[in-house]
Amino acid sequence: MSSRQEGPIGLVDPPSIGRLISALERRGWLVAGPTVRDGAIVYDRLQSIDDLPRGWTEDQEAGRYRLEHSGDNALFGYNLGPQSWKKYLHPPEVRLLEASRENGLLKILNQAEPLPRYAFLGVRPCELEAIQVLDRVLIGDRFSDPIYEGRRKNLFLIAVNCSRTAPTCFCTSMGTGPRARRGYDLAITEILEGGRHEFLIEAGTAQGAAVLEELHPRKAGPDDSGLAEKLTQRAANQIRRRLDTESLRDLMYANWEHPRWDQVASRCLSCGNCTMVCPTCFCTDVEDTSDVRGERAERWRRWDSCYTLSFSHIHGGSVRWSVKSRYRQWLTHKLASWIEQFGGSGCVGCGRCITWCPVGIDLTEEVRAIRETPARASTRRENRNGEP
Amino acid sequence: MNSRRKLKIGVFKFASCDGCQLSLLGAEDELLGVADAVDIAYFPEASSAMLKGPYDIGLVEGSITTHDDAGRIQKVRKQCRTLITIGACATAGGIQALRNWVDTEEYVSAVYATPGYIRTLSMSTPIAGHVPVDFELRGCPINKNHLLEVISAALIGRKPNIPAYSVCVECKRRENVCIAVARGVACLGPVTQAGCGAICPAYGRGCYGCYGPMETPNTAALTAQLRVLGNDGNRIRRAYRGFNAWALEFRKAGEECE
Repeated sequence: MSSRQEGPIGLVDPPSIGRLISALERRGWLVAGPTVRDGAIVYDRLQSIDDLPRGWTEDQEAGRYRLEHSGDNALFGYNLGPQSWKKYLHPPEVRLLEASRENGLLKILNQAEPLPRYAFLGVRPCELEAIQVLDRVLIGDRFSDPIYEGRRKNLFLIAVNCSRTAPTCFCTSMGTGPRARRGYDLAITEILEGGRHEFLIEAGTAQGAAVLEELHPRKAGPDDSGLAEKLTQRAANQIRRRLDTESLRDLMYANWEHPRWDQVASRCLSCGNCTMVCPTCFCTDVEDTSDVRGERAERWRRWDSCYTLSFSHIHGGSVRWSVKSRYRQWLTHKLASWIEQFGGSGCVGCGRCITWCPVGIDLTEEVRAIRETPARASTRRENRNGEP
Repeated sequence: MNSRRKLKIGVFKFASCDGCQLSLLGAEDELLGVADAVDIAYFPEASSAMLKGPYDIGLVEGSITTHDDAGRIQKVRKQCRTLITIGACATAGGIQALRNWVDTEEYVSAVYATPGYIRTLSMSTPIAGHVPVDFELRGCPINKNHLLEVISAALIGRKPNIPAYSVCVECKRRENVCIAVARGVACLGPVTQAGCGAICPAYGRGCYGCYGPMETPNTAALTAQLRVLGNDGNRIRRAYRGFNAWALEFRKAGEECE
């Protein structure tokens, strides 16, 4: 991991977080961040500090999430909710095209809405890395997705380092947290210790530094930075879940016929929830629709999932008709072939797929089971059943 | 547009509540467009002008519950080039398929003053159990946009965009918080076919399974999880025994809770 970004650093009090929201709005950004809704902390438009989940935290386990009172006034005393920033950068549904036919003439209606300029407040370090992963996928050298790129290029990113962790977190295994190292405009560490409630803010870019200056921060000393470092280190030490990444790619490739795949398939609902909550799963489907009069047509892009049959439907049918093949495809892509394809792992260790799986399937457990009893030497056995 | 040949459509009703065929009339904004694009030749619910077949498309609502209907569906099939069944009754037997687990004669004698007047089959069965069906449109009731989509696709000769994956995909696209995970609500979403737009979970209720089993439903895994959430076999069986109780996977899942 590259060394930390260096920039101006300062301390502010809790009301300054509200001033930060106003300062960003004044500069033309739509501020999105954590807020409580329907029994969870989701990402939505923030208009004031009161929208933040002050005093809320969550309890997470495989297949289980409960919003709870934290018993303090922390603004960022939670870890991760069901949604990722993907919903803004790579929206669930986008109309790509609208066309009409008038007097026999086809007209393409260019009704692209102006691109929103977002400021994300409360981006966890693992999520910051997830955005970097999406950048590599969707803003490539040869192919770029204009929908993603347009939203991405004007983004203002405010990271919040983790001073606590959820039992589903495993960022330390993936090298993505719990402290932000790069890719932010501002990085906040919430200090809530011994009657003190302050925020250490570090600027990572010039525009970040300009916004920080507007908050008139108190000068931070080495002790303050040390405390912030200590808080995130304490969080790192709390993490119990682990994904051993040692030769992970080779392990996955060598075990494509491991009996564990059948075992997990017996529990997997193939519902697609893991791919929807994953901050890096990017697959979409494109659908054309037309009206009954045959005068208007639309083309929509929607989040798709490799757990659906239609995802791998080619001439003659679906390639991956067994649930086993679909789970294996997802996990092998995420942890192994993604590396070859995009130069790094597709997993950032946020643990959302563990929490939000309705039956609590845990990828770290699946990998561990495969690692404990790897395939026999002959890994290129013939697939006798012809199973996809 | 009017260079296209108008398709002749017939709408037929069997044992049902009429809700699905009403969704065609309920497509208010699009209704004139539909009337423009197709000839609604037979639709007793909407018009007393009933033209004889054959029809290009037959929309069939309802399940088969009587001897007469078992014969009538054969005639309807012969009259329709393409036969599309609409709704849970036509595609799975409907809520009235709950009779399939009980003694129908006993019920008839308990309900009717003169049971001798009632002639009924012991089971309620889907249309596809009697005649070949070209396309099944799920739901209780169907989604009117799906019906328009099927008609529009037929007019153009393209495949209709009707998803077969789980309700969860729609639920997440809608940015709902999962009520099963966040609140422990019993929800059939993971084993139910999308189409409704995840209405119930959006309002904090578990999915009732109105669109029937999704493409590859793992009901055994969901049943196990519903038990973890504190539901007993009785409750889980009742969850599967809704509008699509007789749909194969829900039927088996319910029976496994006995």
